Amino acid sequence: MVSLASDPSLRDPAWTRRVAWVSLALVLLIPALIATEFKPWIFFNADNLKVTSRFIGDFFPPEIGAEFLRMVMVEAWRTIAIASAGMALALVVAIPMTLAATSVLSVSSLSGRMHALPFGIRQALRWILILLRSIPELVWALVFVRVVGLGPAAGVLAIGLTYAGMLGKVYSEILESGDTHATTTLLRNGGGRLQAFFFGLLPQNATELTSYTVYRWECAIRSSAVLGFVGAGGLGQQMDASMKMFNGGEVATILLVFMALVGLADLLSAWLRRVIQ
Amino acid sequence: MRPDARPNPWLRWDCSVCWVTVGLAVLVVASFWSLDLQLGRLFSMDSAKRMGRFFGELLSPNIDPKFLTKLAVASVETLAMSALGTLLAAVFGLMLAVPASKSHRDDPARWRWITRLVLNALRSIPELVWAALILISAGLGPFAGTLALALHTTGVLGRLFSESIENAPQGAAYALRIQGIAEGRIFLFATLPTVLPQLLSYTLYRWENNIRAAAVLGVVGGGGLGQMLAFHMGLFQMQETSSILIAMIILVVLVDSLSYLSRRLMSR
Repeated sequence: MVSLASDPSLRDPAWTRRVAWVSLALVLLIPALIATEFKPWIFFNADNLKVTSRFIGDFFPPEIGAEFLRMVMVEAWRTIAIASAGMALALVVAIPMTLAATSVLSVSSLSGRMHALPFGIRQALRWILILLRSIPELVWALVFVRVVGLGPAAGVLAIGLTYAGMLGKVYSEILESGDTHATTTLLRNGGGRLQAFFFGLLPQNATELTSYTVYRWECAIRSSAVLGFVGAGGLGQQMDASMKMFNGGEVATILLVFMALVGLADLLSAWLRRVIQ
Repeated sequence: MRPDARPNPWLRWDCSVCWVTVGLAVLVVASFWSLDLQLGRLFSMDSAKRMGRFFGELLSPNIDPKFLTKLAVASVETLAMSALGTLLAAVFGLMLAVPASKSHRDDPARWRWITRLVLNALRSIPELVWAALILISAGLGPFAGTLALALHTTGVLGRLFSESIENAPQGAAYALRIQGIAEGRIFLFATLPTVLPQLLSYTLYRWENNIRAAAVLGVVGGGGLGQMLAFHMGLFQMQETSSILIAMIILVVLVDSLSYLSRRLMSR
């Protein structure tokens, strides 16, 4: 051992760095473990073990009664419907806001700087989009369940608002990141803003915009399934009910249907994006 | 026939874009029709009044120092949940990514399909559903939330990690393999150092996502800001609800702008 430490060619050159990183990690990790009440041993507490094993034992076999399956299918469709209706609402909100917020369609910025008023309006719209986006859809859903009552309307509104923020922000980024030469030429030669959009900006970015929208639709299906947990309808609500009754068989069926739904949306969206290219 | 007299591309039967558009339109109409949203009631004076009152109540947040301390503790709890969940996920994701990847041409990769199946299953169940499932055995609190984040993120990171291991440049690993060095050492000394920067950036990106997810996980009982939100909203304590919502927005905007700034600094 002594010879190993004294021989410089055998010493680990990164030794001090390694020690420093490990001790820093420990210093950060320990408070995190305390803050999250990280106690894995509670899983092996006798009472917990009994409850858990009974619940998981109930998973097999999954509940496949005709009545229950029919209900799960209806809820699965409602999940898709909430996502699609929410996306439609999001598009209705996002498209006009994108048109108003993109700086590419600014006439005053063609000659020098953008004027103060349009600049202010664009910045304000951008902040609204950021605000819409930064409140998670689950929180919107909680709020809307309070205001419009339990049911799919809350889910549609929640998805609509959050996704309007996301779509609006990404749409304007896509429109501004591409080549804007054709659009500015149209504007310079006296074309209206909408004309410049439809004949310059849109054809150039149509595939990217569509494929992002399809991808977001897929995400919307995933989140609409989750929104049910706060009472916004769909598969989540059903799963919440079954879980509260500790009915493992029903939970297993719903989980399987849910995974199939997500997988299907995944495949469909990948296929659609390929078709559009 | 004049050269510009081609048939209108929008009217051809194999116009894929048109079919997709029609399909989506049908889907949207069917959705609105089957959901029975009672839009009339939604946009009535009554619900507008209720919405106005609700948002009016949100305008006066609770700024009692005692409550703000509680809020800060919950925010730290949310951050700790996301950090620990991501860390666990990175460790387990890497452990699963190795058997899930075919690292070179002659790699038999016997466990590839089964580990991929596990990763897909972990990934396709959202954090919130995991949290609701784990609650049954771990009880309410941040521990359940942390584990839920870790499980879902393990699926996501494991898949991303295995893809970057498979796409890594083979030079260094090949050089070691030809010397007859064991696979484990090849991974540690050739493949892992090559892909490590990419793995780190994936992990950081997921951490950013997980902070947002951790803020809402509590709504089903997984600790942090979400649990406070569900609690105070359930009791109709609108001042507290308002403060919690503001804290959530600040947290999310902070994380977003930090990640934006760091991306800009790194790409410069």
